[in-house]
Amino acid sequence: MSQVKPERLINEQGLRIDGRRPDQIRPTKLEVGLLKNATGSAYIEQGKNRILVAVYGPREIHPRHLALPDRATIRCRYHMAPFSTEVRKSPAPTRRELELSKVIRESLEPVVFTEYYPRTTIDVFIEVLQSDGGTRCAGITAASLALADAGIPMRDLVVACASGKVDGQIVLDLCDLEDKFGEADLPVAMIPRSEEITLIQMDGSFTPEEFKQAFKLAIDGCKQIYVMQKEVLRKKYIAVKEVAEEETVEAGEKEGQ
Amino acid sequence: MTIIAEKRQLVTPGDLLAEGNYLTGESTFKEGDKIYATRIGLVDTDGRSVSVVALKGGYIPSVGDLVIGKVIDVSLSGWVVDINAPYAAILHASDAIERPFNPQRDVLTSIYDIGDMILAKVAAYDRTRNPVLTTHGPGLGKITRGRIMEIVAAKIPRLIGKRGSMINMLKRETGCHLTIGQNGLILISGRSPEDEDLAVLAIRKIEEEAHTSGLTDRICSMIREESQKRGVSNVSS
Amino acid sequence: MSVTRETEVIAKMKQKQIADLISRGRRLDGRSFIDYREIKIETGVIEKAEGSASVSLGNTKILAGVKIEIGEPFPDTPDEGVLTVNAELVPLASATFELGPPDENAIELARVVDRGLRESKAIDLKKLCINPGKKVFVTFVDIYVLDHDGNLVDASAIAALASLINAKMPSYEIKAGEIELKPEYTQLPLQNYSFTVTMAKIGDKLVVDPSIEEEQVMDAQITVTTDQNGNICAMQKSGLEVFSIGNVLDAVEMALEKAKQIRTILGV
Repeated sequence: MSQVKPERLINEQGLRIDGRRPDQIRPTKLEVGLLKNATGSAYIEQGKNRILVAVYGPREIHPRHLALPDRATIRCRYHMAPFSTEVRKSPAPTRRELELSKVIRESLEPVVFTEYYPRTTIDVFIEVLQSDGGTRCAGITAASLALADAGIPMRDLVVACASGKVDGQIVLDLCDLEDKFGEADLPVAMIPRSEEITLIQMDGSFTPEEFKQAFKLAIDGCKQIYVMQKEVLRKKYIAVKEVAEEETVEAGEKEGQ
Repeated sequence: MTIIAEKRQLVTPGDLLAEGNYLTGESTFKEGDKIYATRIGLVDTDGRSVSVVALKGGYIPSVGDLVIGKVIDVSLSGWVVDINAPYAAILHASDAIERPFNPQRDVLTSIYDIGDMILAKVAAYDRTRNPVLTTHGPGLGKITRGRIMEIVAAKIPRLIGKRGSMINMLKRETGCHLTIGQNGLILISGRSPEDEDLAVLAIRKIEEEAHTSGLTDRICSMIREESQKRGVSNVSS
Repeated sequence: MSVTRETEVIAKMKQKQIADLISRGRRLDGRSFIDYREIKIETGVIEKAEGSASVSLGNTKILAGVKIEIGEPFPDTPDEGVLTVNAELVPLASATFELGPPDENAIELARVVDRGLRESKAIDLKKLCINPGKKVFVTFVDIYVLDHDGNLVDASAIAALASLINAKMPSYEIKAGEIELKPEYTQLPLQNYSFTVTMAKIGDKLVVDPSIEEEQVMDAQITVTTDQNGNICAMQKSGLEVFSIGNVLDAVEMALEKAKQIRTILGV
């Protein structure tokens, strides 16, 4: 039940193994406010990725000695469910999950106004329910929405997307097979308005020219996903607003009769 | 100088609201001469300042606020009270006891015990220490009857309405006495559980539709319809 | 070592309100003593898992995933496959769940669900044997709590069973002593079903499917698991207070009755 390298990752028509063009992002679905207990929550489906994020806080931090006197701490946990991968993953945290927890926290922290809440903690829990490549980026995109859903004050949302090199070609949003058997992977997170990069990692091999191309492509990918983030935040409130205004109109008509 | 966002426009964190010499109101921040939103909410402006009325967000204490809290701990010098804020609040023993506090004789748990709900005011708060409460004042102190419900603190202003329009309508239509804590907790005291149920229903709907217009009238009609359906006798009908 | 835990402070007014309502035959959310909250089940939600089910019981949300691998049997049951149930109370589900390896609550939850499946012999473990003493199928059921609004046990048990019913395992052939997996899939060899019903004791009354507020004020709770033949295959009392003999007998009767509803919802 382990993976075999496909003969070609990009076919003669220039299409990838899942039929996408090199610059296409996987089908993405976003949702916010779906958990009852969490202060804020968000869910993302991107290709086969399924990731749920919850935010709690700001709340007082225990033990006290972990508190920062002048701002909130952010605690971030990236974790994969045992059934999220082809081969079952033990529930205990791996070194990879610990590293990702750190870089994800550092990708979100620059936008949060932590100075408004000294001596508290803002907790971000990212649970990967199904994993198919690019989960740290999808996790960041959803975490940013969960923070907004929790009403945590921020300078902007953070959005993330990965690009890479597969069969010699620069591609956007790598799936698991492309990540495993391709030549390079470049996850990028940014603050969309200012185009400031809050996360960048790379593994594989790029010429300097290829890197520039891939970097630009990842940034484009981020901008596309940013539009989707804004959209899902607005939709949540507009739908109710429209129903309410319909009711007002109907009520008005009734009274007029 | 321009205000870019419209009044009552729905904005998200990072949205540009205005450019120029404006003052920053709630849930906004300034970078250079541009003002941006920090939270999801509706834009509001009075021409001089720009603010965002947040639709999501916990309670941040402010001196003078009326709050409903739960006593979660008793120490030698007072009580620790959960007021649904990022920080637990403190009520000093000396505040609740008229004469000088004597640890030998005064048993604090007989005044407020763990699990008691109290109505209090925020007496002091700054970011370097936990908020301090006081129960000095008419009506403040232990809550003994009624029902307590909780809504998102950010929506409390909507529950009160312009010059109290929403809250007064609710009191009139449900016949319930309503005490609103700025921290999102509401004490409902009606003549019957059915009246209280109506109030709970109405408040939930207000919370859900806080950002829409014509809400006061819609809620009023809804309460009247529901009272009829449930056969509840009502003050106003 | 098990230590009494600090629990969230419950407002006395709320405790009194719930107790008053119960003594008048009512519950906080309007249900009768024997009503379950709305149960929704969706299966096959995680394609990479061999089986999966997402269950919501009121606002409680559970995700269960089944992974089937090939491994060694236990030494004392060389001709049986292995079933392992694990539960994670991840911090995202509740402000009260702490980070770390499964604590006693997560372990108790997993073992109670496991007991129901194991004692009812829901899976015919002998049919999971490939090569006695050497190779068997190992079935992992991982229960992930996503939102805690009371009664994690019943919701988890439903999710675990639904995910096992949904699970597909590869067909295989033994060729020259080696296992050759065939491209076809087959269902797990299920021969029985277990239905788990939890009741909380408040005052002297038993209520089915406690909500989180009821759990916070209850004396104790009891879980009774029965199978498709109406036999009782597992029980567990949990909590600090006591049950009378009458309570226990009533609980068993209620569980047998409510098992029918769960059975219908699962479609078995």
